[in-house]
Amino acid sequence: MRAVFSPESVEEALVLRTAHPHSIWMAGGTDVLVQLRHPKCLEDDRPLILLERLPSLARIDVHKDDIRIGSCVSFGRIASDPLLTTEIPVLTQAAATVGGPALRNMATIGGNVCTASPAGDSLPALYVLDASVELVSASGTRRLAISEFLSGPRKTELHQDELLASIVIPRRNPPWTLQKYEKIGKRKALAIAVASMAAVLRINPACGIVEEAHLAWGSLGPTVMRCPPAEEALIGRPLTEEALCAAAEFVPKWVHPIDDIRASAEYRRAVGARLMMRLLDP
Amino acid sequence: MSMDRKANIPFILNDEPTERTCPPDMRVIDLLRKEMGLTGTKEGCGTGECGACTILVDGEPRLSCLMVAAQLHGRRIETVEGIEGSAEGRTLVDAFVEHGAVQCGFCTPAMEMTALALLRSRKPLNREAIRASLSGNLCRCTGYVKIVDAVERAAADVSS
Repeated sequence: MRAVFSPESVEEALVLRTAHPHSIWMAGGTDVLVQLRHPKCLEDDRPLILLERLPSLARIDVHKDDIRIGSCVSFGRIASDPLLTTEIPVLTQAAATVGGPALRNMATIGGNVCTASPAGDSLPALYVLDASVELVSASGTRRLAISEFLSGPRKTELHQDELLASIVIPRRNPPWTLQKYEKIGKRKALAIAVASMAAVLRINPACGIVEEAHLAWGSLGPTVMRCPPAEEALIGRPLTEEALCAAAEFVPKWVHPIDDIRASAEYRRAVGARLMMRLLDP
Repeated sequence: MSMDRKANIPFILNDEPTERTCPPDMRVIDLLRKEMGLTGTKEGCGTGECGACTILVDGEPRLSCLMVAAQLHGRRIETVEGIEGSAEGRTLVDAFVEHGAVQCGFCTPAMEMTALALLRSRKPLNREAIRASLSGNLCRCTGYVKIVDAVERAAADVSS
């Protein structure tokens, strides 16, 4: 039997962490509890520290310059939040593809980030939005870009005494013109991504020329993959099929997918590039 | 609140205040089935990929295979054993029977609990919305058509 702690404030959570350095943070539990049932964890009796009752981690705060999403906000809430749906649909679309409805009532954005799976559904969206993470510990707070925080497959820069408190997303003015999240899986619900892509573009409203483009792919490498040459290829021209085909050519050479039970690396390279064509869909 | 030994966990189960003494890390599915004898809730995959263990926690569908008992503290839990305690629940059960929406029955309790939360939301429902709401509940028998028929009919009955 393992001990379970249910702190009611971040301060209390950090004190518990100091007292139990080998404890496990648990947000929604949808990854942690699956991992702990693995046969190799039979002897594991590390305490759980439940984060679900910390009000400050369950908030979505909208400020003038950024949106702060508490690490324990569920994907169900993100997917249905009216302001997030209007302003950062690339993230709300990603949130709506996580597992199924009941799972989305449990699974949290902070958990998805800390699990750091190459297939984490929210991660490509957070990359293209230039998100950062706010980490708190007894000694203070630090901020890291999401791309620095995720250091490898299932690896993060989270220190043992730290807690992921919130995800900070800068607000753009003017807002991104086009935002899209696409996921390829065996079925729409309850499927792990074979490949996913998040894209945000700034397009000049007067001439239709692409001025800025951020693209990121999930399940195509050890962590989220960006493809700077594909982004650059889109800039300075209108968003046409021809422009997308030219840019997509860079993708298969740039990403580092693996063969696994869900798909071959070759298929992932091809489908990852092809996902760019969906930027033309209404 | 800390629980480092068998803990008293108070919660409301199907409208009845209750308290159970159990290991705080016991899975809720095991608490319900093995400790309390409530075997209506099923365990399919145990990893959050089939939905068979869906219960309602404070009215929201959740997966009881991915919750520990300590999380129930102070919460309102509903399982299929209590479904006929409400008019929506009775309507739903009748509709499942009348439409032949049950074959082997393994997914049925969770299908009905998920549908119950949907009916209570009083959202406008078309078949697409029903299918999306049930998309986390796998059924390997019916092909889903009769389940969607049953929920559509129950939704119409509840709103009329």
